This record gives sequence, structure tokens and C-alpha cells, in this order.
Amino acid sequence: MRIQRCKGTRDLSPDEMNRFRHIEETFRDSCLGWGFREVRTPTIEYLHLFTSAGTLTPSMLGKVYSFLDWDGWSGERVVLRPDGTIPIARMYIDSLAEKGLARLFYVANTFIFEETGKKTRERWQCGTELIGLGSPLADAHLVLLALETLQKLGLGGVRLRLSHAGLIKELLASLDLSSEEQSRVFDQVLDGNSQVLTGMESKRPELENILLPLLNLKGRSSGFLKNLRALSSPGLPGLVPYLDDFIKIVDILEDLGCKYQVDIASGAGFEYYTGVIFQFYVGKEKIGGGGRYDDLIPAMGGGDVPASGFALYVDRLLGLLGTEFDSLSQVPRIMVRAESDDVIKAAFTAAGRLRRAGYVAELDLGAGKSADLRWTLLVRNADRPFLLTDKVKSAEIEVPTVEEVLKTIRES
Amino acid sequence: MVIKISNLKIALPKGRLLDKTSTLLREAGWELDGYDSKSRFYHIKSGKFPRLGAKVFHEKDIPIQVAVGNYDLGICGLDWIEELLAGYPSSALVKISALGYAGGSLYMVACPETASATQATPGPDRLVSIVSEYPNLSESFALQRRFSRFSVFPVWGGAEVYPPENADLALVRAASEAEIYGYGMVPVSKVLEYGAFLIANRHSWESKNLGKIVSSICDHCAGLSDKENDASPAGEKITVSCLPASPAENIVRLALPDGHQQQPVVELLGRAGISVADYPSASGNRRPLIDIDGVAVKVIRPQDMPVQVANGNFDIAITGRDWLTEHLNQFPSSPVRELIDLGFGRVRIVAVVSQAMPADDTAGLRRLCAERETPLRVASEYVNVADKFARDNHLGHYRIVPTWGATEAFLPEDADLLIENTQTGQTIAEHNLKIIETLFESTACLIGNAGIKPGTRKGKKVASIVATLQKAVVDIN
Repeated sequence: MRIQRCKGTRDLSPDEMNRFRHIEETFRDSCLGWGFREVRTPTIEYLHLFTSAGTLTPSMLGKVYSFLDWDGWSGERVVLRPDGTIPIARMYIDSLAEKGLARLFYVANTFIFEETGKKTRERWQCGTELIGLGSPLADAHLVLLALETLQKLGLGGVRLRLSHAGLIKELLASLDLSSEEQSRVFDQVLDGNSQVLTGMESKRPELENILLPLLNLKGRSSGFLKNLRALSSPGLPGLVPYLDDFIKIVDILEDLGCKYQVDIASGAGFEYYTGVIFQFYVGKEKIGGGGRYDDLIPAMGGGDVPASGFALYVDRLLGLLGTEFDSLSQVPRIMVRAESDDVIKAAFTAAGRLRRAGYVAELDLGAGKSADLRWTLLVRNADRPFLLTDKVKSAEIEVPTVEEVLKTIRES
Repeated sequence: MVIKISNLKIALPKGRLLDKTSTLLREAGWELDGYDSKSRFYHIKSGKFPRLGAKVFHEKDIPIQVAVGNYDLGICGLDWIEELLAGYPSSALVKISALGYAGGSLYMVACPETASATQATPGPDRLVSIVSEYPNLSESFALQRRFSRFSVFPVWGGAEVYPPENADLALVRAASEAEIYGYGMVPVSKVLEYGAFLIANRHSWESKNLGKIVSSICDHCAGLSDKENDASPAGEKITVSCLPASPAENIVRLALPDGHQQQPVVELLGRAGISVADYPSASGNRRPLIDIDGVAVKVIRPQDMPVQVANGNFDIAITGRDWLTEHLNQFPSSPVRELIDLGFGRVRIVAVVSQAMPADDTAGLRRLCAERETPLRVASEYVNVADKFARDNHLGHYRIVPTWGATEAFLPEDADLLIENTQTGQTIAEHNLKIIETLFESTACLIGNAGIKPGTRKGKKVASIVATLQKAVVDIN
């Protein structure tokens, strides 16, 4: 019988793990530099953490990995974390709320069933949450942190696309839809179906001259939003506060030299979003996204705490990153071989000394053909302790001490 | 007329759909040999389609059997099809045609007193419990309604008796809303209309010619429509008074079994000097009155009792050790305990394989498993007992196939190993099967919750009932 990998999962090879760690380290460095602190939450959470109204759409909840735990006779289910943000919000309410403002980041896997099994059902993300602050500056600052990370990763052609959940919700409220219909449409937008909004226009024909430009046109400057604001204020005054919030964020981004596209109909994201939604693309591939979610912590019973955050999708980044990170580190590697069983201890000691000096020392375990390394150190008896071979220069050098070995390698 | 078709297989229902399906296929000229309620055989032959293999299943098993590809076609209720699809949306099923008979609806129902509270979306702290034979559809309902906290109790039957004391909502079958009012509930929402349905395996539908069989069924189903033949019967009026939603602290809630264990239970209670009016009930009353003050009785399925006792919905219950073991295998730290071995209803829980399988014991089966290319299919009503047996005995790559009775029909084509109960072993021998191991013996037992404090009024009352029953058991032995 063939042993198989579970459908919808992937293995990461040593080369891919090198790339993975490079992404993770780059992200960590950025976050630590901006004053964020790393946290980790459990893989398993209660299902009701995610079913609470306004946290995940029913279509996403229909794809979570939920099950009865071994003590689940009450019928309440647990899930493999389907989302990164909600557990962080739970943790904040649990144990961090009294500190007020929290700058948190995490690297975590999330689990969502994907029907074909061709895409991965376990996804890794690098996420950041800024909890306790609700200002355009906070949102813009997160966008900049994300862009800095992506830039450090050397990704070219990152595009930023902006929308606004508050604006979409207010728009739906103005269309005379039932509240059920409103949330259904909003859920569809968040699940990535931008067509559903552009098809809504005809319901209130008198609003068509506002809705058409709002939903169909894309803008590249805050001027675009200011135009929309001028257009909306007589017919749909409810939109104005959201447009004002949006304009402030965009003004800051513009001031900082960010290029972006405003596309209101492209709101893909999470139901808990209330404000700006930002998405990062390379080509057609979405590599990250985030937004403001001021209602999430209140809905979870954590009090009136605003928050926003973003996540970068590691699996997508892995595919975009070049193979230059696949090779092993540039530190010289030395094969250490004991000539006989009598000198095994001496070989281990020598290898340890090499490692402490910052080299990679591999012990020859007698697997036959030695790896393709430049240096080999043969450890012999006390009379003639070390023979160092340099493949590059085809040289064999008798060396009396490990210190001499180090010196020889350093000077070569 | 004899029609030649290459080896196709169809799964046919027993139970509520049997009579009309049998009529339909007789009118379609299938000349089925032994497809009637009296037949004890599961494999049947058609005179019209001699190369069509037909097998009779519990209706609930049919969508699963068709989806996994064991059968090309199947006839069963749309309710079970939607239940499967709610849990496993990518199942390889094609819904071909409604057949127009055996219609009804699934309703989410509640007690009148609590219905208004559950109709709106409940608040974030409210845990809503739903009981149903349709756990997947119940969960979809809760997600669609955006219940923030809910638990779903799958039950084998009698879901309508749980609200309001033991659940907030029940998802039940009913011919009409009148039937629901008839047993003292109100409909909260109609979840699904169902009727008999013809389904096909997706792969078979795409690659095989099923046309002659499908048209022979569809051409003859018009006459069977419910509307023409029989108006839906008015719901039998069973008046029940709903108890207050939060039962008094000190009331002891006792669950008694429905089905074939009722007679020995009545005898036991009689010896203990306890009388329960209208049990067993000819009218289907599931709330009989007991002549002990402060004790409330409900009649539910023995399969469903342990989890209900674990949750404190019932304090004591009469069930079988088989179902207690099943529960404890699923939830090892459950507080449910066996209080008294009642001695009757003795069965063995056994591992069964086909006579043709070259294994005489579990060790032999394990050796076979090690060499198999395909996973071992283990069919059982006792999903968790079966899972533990396969795990503990290192049966390698195995799959558990849950069944709803008549499990012996699964061997040898649709399963390789059964975990079954048997009284005499006769049915097993009749079906050309053999027992390779006895897992344990099961008798009826009284179960209780270890969490009930002995010193409290309720604890004392439970202790006194246990003592009375204990004496009645000792007397007979």
C-alpha cells in the first residue's frame, strides 16, 4: 500500500523551508523594528469563537475543520483555527486588554477546506494586529509596515488596492434591501464576488448617477474620493463620514509616496471589517490583505476597542520568491572525519570547536561518498592530529591544532 | 421483456419507502424477487434486468453507498441526500429525479413557550441546543441563522420529545404543520421539503449508460404521487403539556427506552413496585407518568441516552452496555457510569467477516490487512467501538462506514468487517458470515451521572430509585 500525503496539504522541502524562514525572519525583523511583539495562539479553538455574529461568513464557516473533542459530549465543537485575527482578539481580551494599546504579530497556519484539494487547505500567514487605536494614521502605518516587509523580500511590482467596508455597508443600507439581503450581498462581496455589487444599481434608479461611478470607476488619488464625496453628499449623505475617513487614510499614504488603486467593489476580506480594506497584489496574485475591524472586539464582549491588522500569505510568497534563498547559508562547511573509533571523541571536540568559531561542521557518519564540501578535516591519533583537505586548491595540509585549522581556513 | 445491461447496481430502500418503491418497480415490470416488507434477504434479482444487481439498505445508508461508488443508482428520500450534502458538499452524487411519493417536510420545531426566544437570532451568550436525526442540516441551519453558540445532538429518533427541557430546537420530519401542533410543538422554520428521489453516482452517470433503468423508473412514477393516491394523513393528536423550560432542581429525570426493550423494562419496574402509565404506549406517547413523586419520565432511543445523561439532560436511564461503551469510547472522560447490570437483553458485540475471508481470528485479519492494497472497510452501528477495535488491533489503513441497522447486508461487497451485536449468531450464519472475535457482552443497564452529589435531595432520590431497582434485580437472580 502506498503511503500518501493528505489531500489538500503540502510538504515543504529543505529548500522551500529556507525560503519560508527567510520570509518569516524578514517579517519578524520589520515588526520588531516597528515595536510590535510576537505572540502565538493555539491551533485548536472553540467553534463558537468564530460563529459569533459578525466574525466569519456562513460560507467560510461551512468550510472550517470542526469536530467533537474527546470530551465534547456537550455537543459543542472545536475547530482548527480558520483565521488568524480572531484568536489574537480573543487573546487580547483574555490577557492583554488592561495594557491598552497592543502591537502584536504572529506567524500561524490556518485551516479552511478547499473542495478540489488542488489548493492547499493549510495556509501559513504572517499577521499583524494593532489593537486599541482607531485612526487613519494607524491604518496607513500598517500599510507601510506591510509594504516595507514586501520590499525587503525583494518583490517587485507590488500593487496596493483599497476599498472601505463601512462605505459598502452604508451603500447597501441605502438601497432599500432587507437586512438579510444586505448581509447576503455583503458576504458575497467579502467572499470575492465583486460582480454582485455592480449588478445592484438598478434598484433605486435615482441613485444611479452616484452608484455607477462609485462602483465602476477606479481611482488613483485622493482626488477621486473627493469627487465621489462631492457627488454623494446631496443624495447619500450617509456615505460622507466613511468617505472622509477613507480620504484621510489615502492622503497620508499619498504623502508617504504610496501608489495605490481605489476600487470600492473589490472588498474581498472578512465580515468583521468595518473600515478601510487593503489588498496587496503581485500580478494577479493576492499576496496579502487587511483592514480595520472596530466591531470585532465589542462583538466578542471585549468592550469598545478599535483595531486593525493585515496578513501576508506565506504560501503565495513562497511561489514568488526567487530560488536565491534556497541554497544553504554562505558560512563555510567543513566535513569532520574520525580516522578510527579511538579518535571519535577528539573528532567531536574538534567539530564543536569549529562550530563555536561560526563554521558548519558536519560529522562524517560513514555514509560513503562525502558531501560536496570544500574542506575535510581528518582527525587522527595524537602523533599527527589533523589532516585538512582543501578541494578547491587540491591541497592536503598537516595541522597540529584546531586553532591552526581555523587559521588556515580563515586565511585561505 | 428481458433487457440486457452490463453489470449495474442499484440500492433500494427498506422502511417507509419500501411499499411504494416496490409498487413502482412492479408497475415498471422489474419482476423483483423478494422486495417486500416480509423478505429477510438483501440481494434481489430483477426478471427484466437480469444483470442488474439490487440490494436493500436502510434508506439513510443509500446516499452514502451511491456517493462512494458502491452503487450506480439509488432510491431514497431527498432528506437523507441533503443531509449527506450538507456535511460533504463534494460528494459524488447526481440528483436525477423526484419520484413524487413519500413526501414530507423537515421542520425546525420548538415548544410554544420557547419558540419566540429561538426564532430571533439568540444573543452571544445563549447556547442553543438542537437535536435531530439530521445533524448536518441542523448545523447548516444554525450557521445560516448565525447562532453564535450552539450544540447539535445527533439522535437516532424521537427528536420531537426533547424540547423544551432537554433541547431548545428539534429538526424533525412531518407530513404537515398540523402534525407538529399535534404533538404540542410549533414550527419555527420549514427547512426542507422532501420525497422519494432517484440518485446516481456522478462517475457512473458520466460514464455508463443508465438510460434504460432511469427511464423505466421515471416513466412509471407519475401514478404514485402523494396528492392523487392519499392525502397526507392528519397528524395524530397527542396532547402533551410542555414542562417549564428549566426543570426544578430536585426533579429526577429518568429516560426509558423505546423499541423491543420495553417489555422487560416494564417487568423489572413491576417487580420493583413502580408503575408507569401508558408505557409502552400504543399512541406513541413519549412522556408517560410514573407513580413516584418528583420523577419525570421520557421515552427515547437507548442509543441516545448516554450523551444525554452526560449532559445532565437526564439523571438516570435504562439503556444497553453496548451504547454506554460506544459513548465512552467517543468521550473517555464522560461522567456517565453503569449503576446496575439489569441482566436482560443479553447480546454479544462481535467482529464478523465473510466466510470466504481467509482469517479465523483478529490476528489473522491483521495479517491480511498488512498485505492489502486497499483500505479495510469496517461497517458498524457502533462507530466508536469499531474505530477503537480497528485502532487497538492495528488493522492498518481502514475506513469506518457508519450504518443504521441491517449491517450484515454490507458483507462482502460493501464492507470487509462488521462490528455487530448478535443474540444467537443465527442471522450471521444465515448470511454466510463468521464471527472472528467477541469484543464484549452487553446487557441492559441503569446508567447515571457521576457528577450528581450524593448528599443533595436529588442525589438521595436517585440513590433510593437505584436501591429499589437493585433489589428487584437481585430478587430475580
